[in-house]
Amino acid sequence: MADRSEFAQEAMQYAPQLYSAALRMTRSRSDAEDLVQETYLRAYRGYEGFTEGTNLRAWLFRILTNTFINTYRAKQRRVQESELDDVEDLYLYKRISGVDVASRSAEDTLFELFPDDEVKAALESLPESFRLPVLLADVEGFAYKEIAEMLDIPIGTVMSRLHRGRKAMHKALIDFATDRGLLERAPETEPSATDG
Amino acid sequence: MADCNETLRELETFLDGELTDDARAGIHAHLGGCTDCLQAFDFHAELRIVISTKCQNDPMPADLMAKIERCFGADLDGDGQVG
Repeated sequence: MADRSEFAQEAMQYAPQLYSAALRMTRSRSDAEDLVQETYLRAYRGYEGFTEGTNLRAWLFRILTNTFINTYRAKQRRVQESELDDVEDLYLYKRISGVDVASRSAEDTLFELFPDDEVKAALESLPESFRLPVLLADVEGFAYKEIAEMLDIPIGTVMSRLHRGRKAMHKALIDFATDRGLLERAPETEPSATDG
Repeated sequence: MADCNETLRELETFLDGELTDDARAGIHAHLGGCTDCLQAFDFHAELRIVISTKCQNDPMPADLMAKIERCFGADLDGDGQVG
């Protein structure tokens, strides 16, 4: 980058994305604002560490993720991984397939079935060690390797957390839709994977 | 060519774009002839679009850009003042 202000200009375009991601991480508007500001402050101070021509967006998300983990994580209740809901593979797909989708695209149906607030709540309901990989992969579109570097965990761990985290998120989405009467209750009640 | 079980097992990795070219080709070959699996893959591709779209639409607080400018100590929006 030619100079610091050019770098700042370039980095600003990612502010809305970083803010949304910060909201999913912190689950608090004021914490999300602070987290984004802190991220830009660190990026601005450390911009010499950014290699021109590489992915600026990924670099900023890496700072965001590190800042969140180091600053905000301690404040939040640590949820045990055993509290994660476990359901069969393709759970959401199997539950939805009873809904009439013949005349419309699945995308339209899903857009209607799951309101914005419930999709956000389903993601935010995940324990942090699952929420971050799912956020970085499914919302932000980062590759396994990038996520592994951001979270400092092996790629195999990224994959297994994505698998379990996605299933738990899908379960939460189905539960919301069922509570609103949009889906039939599951025919047989399965034993809950949580302690309540 | 992969069978249905092998194909569905690779659904996430496929949609994540993380399969090797060979594995990807095997899945493609199966999907070409199996409407059940194709439907499941399409569904999950669309589910991802829905989730991604709905988790990214939070309006930024009006003054956040100005606060970030103050972090930079620079006039980025060109309004003649910092912040």
